[in-house]
Amino acid sequence: MTSDDLTALTIKEASRLLRLGSISSADLVTAHVERIERLDKHVKAYLRFTPELWEKQAGEADRRIRQGDAPSLAGIPVAVKDVLCVRGVETTAGSQILRGFRPPYTGTAVARLFEAGAVMLGVTNCDEFAMGSSTENSGYFPTRNPWDLQRVPGGSSGGSAAAVAAGEAMIALGTDTGGSIRQPAALCGVVGMKPTYGRVSRYGLIAFASSLDQIGPFARSVDDAAIVLSLMSGLDPLDATSSDRPGMEVLSNFGAGVKGMRLGVPREYYDVQGIEPGVKAAIDAALFVLRQAGAEIVDVSLPHTDYGLAAYYIIAPAECSSNLARFDGVKYGLSEVDATNITEEYLQTRRKGFGTEVRRRVMLGTYALSSGYYDAYYLKAQKVRTLIKRDFDDAFKKCDAIVAATSPTVAFPIGSKTQDPLSMYLCDVLTLGGNLAGLPGISVPCGTSDGLPVGLQVLAPQWGENVALRVARAYEEASDVKAEVADVV
Amino acid sequence: MEVHVQPKTRSKMFCGCAVAPLNAPPNTYVCEVCLGLPGVLPVPNKAAVEACIKTALALNCEIPRHTKFDRKNYMYPDLPKGYQISQYDLPMSVNGYLEVGARKVRIRRVHLEEDTGKLMHAGDKLHKAWESYVDLNRAGVPLMEIVSEPDLRSADEARDYAMELRTLLRTIGASEADMEKGQLRAEPNISIRRVGSEELGVKSELKNINSFRALHRAILFEVDRQQQVLESGGAVVQETRGWSETEQRTFSQRSKELAEDYRYFPEPDIPPLELDRAWIDELQRVLPELPSVRRARLLDQLPAAQVAAIGSDRNLADLYEAAVAKGAPALPTANWIVNEVAPSGKLMSGEYLAELMDLLEQRAVTRDQAREVHVESVETGRSPAEIVAEHGYAQVSDESELRVLAQAVIDANPKAAADYRGGKKQAMQALMADLRKRAPQANPKVANELLLKLLA
Repeated sequence: MTSDDLTALTIKEASRLLRLGSISSADLVTAHVERIERLDKHVKAYLRFTPELWEKQAGEADRRIRQGDAPSLAGIPVAVKDVLCVRGVETTAGSQILRGFRPPYTGTAVARLFEAGAVMLGVTNCDEFAMGSSTENSGYFPTRNPWDLQRVPGGSSGGSAAAVAAGEAMIALGTDTGGSIRQPAALCGVVGMKPTYGRVSRYGLIAFASSLDQIGPFARSVDDAAIVLSLMSGLDPLDATSSDRPGMEVLSNFGAGVKGMRLGVPREYYDVQGIEPGVKAAIDAALFVLRQAGAEIVDVSLPHTDYGLAAYYIIAPAECSSNLARFDGVKYGLSEVDATNITEEYLQTRRKGFGTEVRRRVMLGTYALSSGYYDAYYLKAQKVRTLIKRDFDDAFKKCDAIVAATSPTVAFPIGSKTQDPLSMYLCDVLTLGGNLAGLPGISVPCGTSDGLPVGLQVLAPQWGENVALRVARAYEEASDVKAEVADVV
Repeated sequence: MEVHVQPKTRSKMFCGCAVAPLNAPPNTYVCEVCLGLPGVLPVPNKAAVEACIKTALALNCEIPRHTKFDRKNYMYPDLPKGYQISQYDLPMSVNGYLEVGARKVRIRRVHLEEDTGKLMHAGDKLHKAWESYVDLNRAGVPLMEIVSEPDLRSADEARDYAMELRTLLRTIGASEADMEKGQLRAEPNISIRRVGSEELGVKSELKNINSFRALHRAILFEVDRQQQVLESGGAVVQETRGWSETEQRTFSQRSKELAEDYRYFPEPDIPPLELDRAWIDELQRVLPELPSVRRARLLDQLPAAQVAAIGSDRNLADLYEAAVAKGAPALPTANWIVNEVAPSGKLMSGEYLAELMDLLEQRAVTRDQAREVHVESVETGRSPAEIVAEHGYAQVSDESELRVLAQAVIDANPKAAADYRGGKKQAMQALMADLRKRAPQANPKVANELLLKLLA
């Protein structure tokens, strides 16, 4: 097997070879590191690497595989988004303000993957504090789309999506607050899943918007995404919003297909403003495949979709303005100690440490929560959120799952939206409803438009991960469209 | 009046850290959660919720079905997250009251929140200090905030209210409520108005009060200050003022004109709580007898002064009632508790106290001896009767009493007396034996000396 063959494997394939003894975890790591050395100067998916971890973890995985008690992810190389705390590993949320911060603890989701034998390759780039849809808001550098280096990978988890698409990691972790896993998965042609709010513990996730954030996997197959998600999910005593509700028994009816299922197409999503014809064509083709596979495609409506974006851009900044207050230069990260008093120190540290988009959202959120404006903004937005949840409840009375495009566009050229925040915000118009309603959603590759990947999004009712995964897997099987590793150069 | 009370819990409000003992080295009782490191989440402490509910029940509060935590946003170096988790519009409990003497003080709310850290400045205030140090041992320690309606009319009433709260909190076991340890912090809001006026004046809020005495004095000072301001044609400014123990005066800390906008909003990291009614009912059921009820009952047995002294401390009242139940006399027992037990802080069982009271009653011990027996009994756990017997406290050593006895023994045993005088020293044994038979409590050494003296 060539080195590049090893970086194109799925978890299932790699695990089989590892257990057969055909390859070792060290071989897998070496193959990935070689590919990273060759390609990442172009893609720039990673912010930093963790050789001390991968050596230790690969060694441990190989030892356990030899002993015959290998856990389910033994030896599988994973990349971790820069918002997930890993003990001793510099974790900065893509921001200069956290430069040099090494958490003294590992978050629950990552810890669970480590326990399952995963091998961490490094930390992936993202928009600063996960605020953005292109990874151009990173405090370090933009990441490029492996399918076209002049284009963005999407965001905010662009580094993770690009790493998996470029064969620089077998799987990766991202976070999704308004579409930050699904949208880059779509733009990079990989599978990305945001679970139900509460499915995966947020302990160790540097918060952007606490009521919307969820951790989820990137992979090159629906099976792999399901495996990773199932290992991370479940109740965590360190997260009061986590739950062990059922709905993750993915393997039981996972391969059952979509025959007899009703799949709803919301007309507000299907005809969303600004949707590219090529994207629409790919979705039409995907609907055709699903219908051929036995699904009934039904028309549904999410009437408050238009208000979703506005509500999202009140609630998320409001929470972010509070969550980011702790970055004051006193305890960790950047500190402007030349200031003559504490207020100056706060101001200087935050002015220097935060990028434009983060400052904009902190100001928006502070304003929305201010006395005299709270009712008109925050409270109103929460009411809209309730209406959007109700929209989905009503839609799910008519269908088992919702299918739509993940992103109205394919990957756009770097720099094309950075001057117009509103156009950037519109990237999430089809995904943020799932966050506001707390629903599980998955994006799977469904062909291309002008040679660039298009993603099909499947949304299921709360705690219905098995439903979303089942539809996504059925599509993957029926369509013959598989996530592929990009050649890059 | 706003009173912050630290409930009796082993761990902090939102993490597993132990509550730091006083004078623990700085930043030794901290973890990533109470340090507010990136990525951490708060998980509410059930014991703190329980203490808050018990307090609310004891204060006759309503406990709404739904409650939630909120974030109070402000930046300060003693607040590691940049916000304090508190409760805003759906507190744990509302609309209660506490009877303080004849005054029924309405309680607006009792809610839960977390404490902040502590700053130490090299210099005066934060903005002028050369260096400031942050100790986060206290950060995240649970606090209950008990807010009264403006029903208190004097420094006396305010102090009595705070003391009554302390009694109540200790009685129900919700807090140790030690003011000097910062477990109970009273912040009176003070305004004055003309007699007959319905409208409350502009208020100031007092902080840094560390004892009931200071509370009383600070209020007297503040009332006087406001009166002077108004009488000299000025206007009281709404502000926070600190009490200086050394200068015995209040000074302006923070004007409310520059009041911060705390931007309260629901804490998204903690789902709203729906308290289990059965659990609340159970807490209500096991709530001990409240001090006011007990005092009313004790007034049937004791004068008001003793009731006031004993009724303000659950342990003393328990001791009193246990001793009386074992047959101890009411008033002497109450007086003994007030004068001897309370100052010593050493409590024995009711049974032993009843025994000790009996020994006193029979004059088997003097008061001084009883005091020693009390201390020894508490220290060794042995019964007062046992201790008295061992020490011979019960023996009569009084020479004038024993002289009469010795003379009686000599008169009753002329032969033995004659034998002794005749040189038969063993005859003394017979005399002593008779003496002991007649008066077992007689001190043998003193009695022997007296016999020798009388026979000489």
